[in-house]
Amino acid sequence: MKNVWIICRRELNSYFSSPIAWLLLTMFALVFGYYFWTFISAFLEVSMELQMTGSTQPMNINEEIIRPLIGNTGFLEIFFVPLISMRLFAEEKRNGTIELLATSPVRDLEIIVGKWLAALMLYCWLLLFTGLNFAFLFRYGHPDVKTMAVAYLGVVLQVGALLAIGTFISTLTKNQIIAGGCTFAACLLLWLFSWVGAFSTNSWAQVLSYISVVPHSESFARGVIETKDTLYYLSVIFLGLFFTARSMESLRWRS
Amino acid sequence: MITVTDLTKRYARNTAVDRISFSVAKGQIVGFLGPNGAGKTTTMRMLTCFFPPSAGTASVAGFDVLEQPLEVRRHIGYLPEAPPLYLEMETIDYLRFVGRLKGLAGAELEKRVAYVLDRCAIGDVKNKLLGKLSKGYRQRVGLAQAIIHNPDVLILDEPTSGLDPRQINEARELIRSFAGDHTIILSTHILPEVEQTCEQVLIINKGKLVATDSVHNLQARARGAESVLVEIGARTGDFHPQLVQQRLQQSAGVSRVLIKEQFDRGAVFEIETGKGQFVRGDLARSIVNAGWDLNELRTAAVSLEEIFLQLTGTPAAPPPEPIASEPEPPEAQA
Repeated sequence: MKNVWIICRRELNSYFSSPIAWLLLTMFALVFGYYFWTFISAFLEVSMELQMTGSTQPMNINEEIIRPLIGNTGFLEIFFVPLISMRLFAEEKRNGTIELLATSPVRDLEIIVGKWLAALMLYCWLLLFTGLNFAFLFRYGHPDVKTMAVAYLGVVLQVGALLAIGTFISTLTKNQIIAGGCTFAACLLLWLFSWVGAFSTNSWAQVLSYISVVPHSESFARGVIETKDTLYYLSVIFLGLFFTARSMESLRWRS
Repeated sequence: MITVTDLTKRYARNTAVDRISFSVAKGQIVGFLGPNGAGKTTTMRMLTCFFPPSAGTASVAGFDVLEQPLEVRRHIGYLPEAPPLYLEMETIDYLRFVGRLKGLAGAELEKRVAYVLDRCAIGDVKNKLLGKLSKGYRQRVGLAQAIIHNPDVLILDEPTSGLDPRQINEARELIRSFAGDHTIILSTHILPEVEQTCEQVLIINKGKLVATDSVHNLQARARGAESVLVEIGARTGDFHPQLVQQRLQQSAGVSRVLIKEQFDRGAVFEIETGKGQFVRGDLARSIVNAGWDLNELRTAAVSLEEIFLQLTGTPAAPPPEPIASEPEPPEAQA
């Protein structure tokens, strides 16, 4: 456990001492800020119209703003996860530093979990800044904190799953661009699989849409922790890290 | 300290290391010599548990590389061919990271970091980014990370490659100063390096160990004989080197005479003599008696280069007999 933390800390330091973390934060804050602004303006327009027509039905911030917003951060993951995960192992392989890690008294699994955890923590740090936007909602409305927390938990789980896949892909190549590109393709596919379910209902479509990450995030966005969806994410994380461990083992046998 | 038995590494298409065996005693510096692609790095990677051997065993500091890889790694400091540096880190942070990775913590860690900064003379760059350091400094930081946890065994893969002559000397001095405290294996394809730094040599070629011996013995054994260089001249009369060659051939104890160099009124002969025979006196006497001038007479030290070429030589030459010293008694395992 101590070793995991040693690896994780170095990895985080390296994100923050290079421009990566700050660049990601800028892009993330910009895109998320734009989302937030459009949702808020739409919400205000609708509420104004409702007032004009004299409707007394209150509007729900949770349903109208928080849920779609957090759903949309899910879409951002497709772009941000590859940018974060692509360097994890590819860079070490290119620089030869993998030889230092692999010949230190540390287990492979500790290296892998440490790196994956660092990537996840970096993403959580990005998410922290979305909280700034939500702070305004708390100032002018009454959002449900519990719902929001569960929605965030869903995002973190989903990111963890995608990062585990990215970590695995990063062990396969020395080239960060290739690792990033393949991870992007994998994330995009996992996203697009959910569309299949909309067009057809045969068993293949059902399997594919189950594999997709999208349907599993819906329960969290509603503020419900579903065992089956939690289990889905945890198994993807487990599988991703498991394959990473196998890949690292084969790295030892082959290189 | 290190015992290797029939260590083998096979890849899909070729055998990189083929059943090599050797042992290294505590505190020794051993040179691992061979042309590029001979299997030096592969052997070192097996010893450092970077990857497991296909067959055979090796033990380092009493721990088996297959059974107890984590223990082995704890007792080894390893400098790969390219120093494994995180270029975006500062020297001191990097050393702390490696120290923690090797199990140091707290005051002990700080003590060791200060020690290696001083020992490897990198204190003046401790707050610089590793990416900004010159090659010589990077190599020294690489050495510093290898000794940070005070390992019993140091494994250095081509520690002087890519350095300029002054840096090479500094690096060699540093490595020599580690001997005694640490058992060192260093690989190189530069022969003088072995002659200058190491006590023992392992020569490896195409994955096979062709010789293991001390530098001194190897030089002596390579020809099974000593050879003497003699420069003979004549001030008067004709001088026929072939004639002289024949005469010399007849002296007692001489096994072979070669003409190395010829000039106007003289020549240099290389005279091989049987092992352990002292023929220099007889030679000198017979040369002078024959009326020639003896301008120079010296024993020729066979350079490691020649041994190396002989041992790893061209396929046309008959395969050299493996030269091995008497098997050392297996070291008492700590």
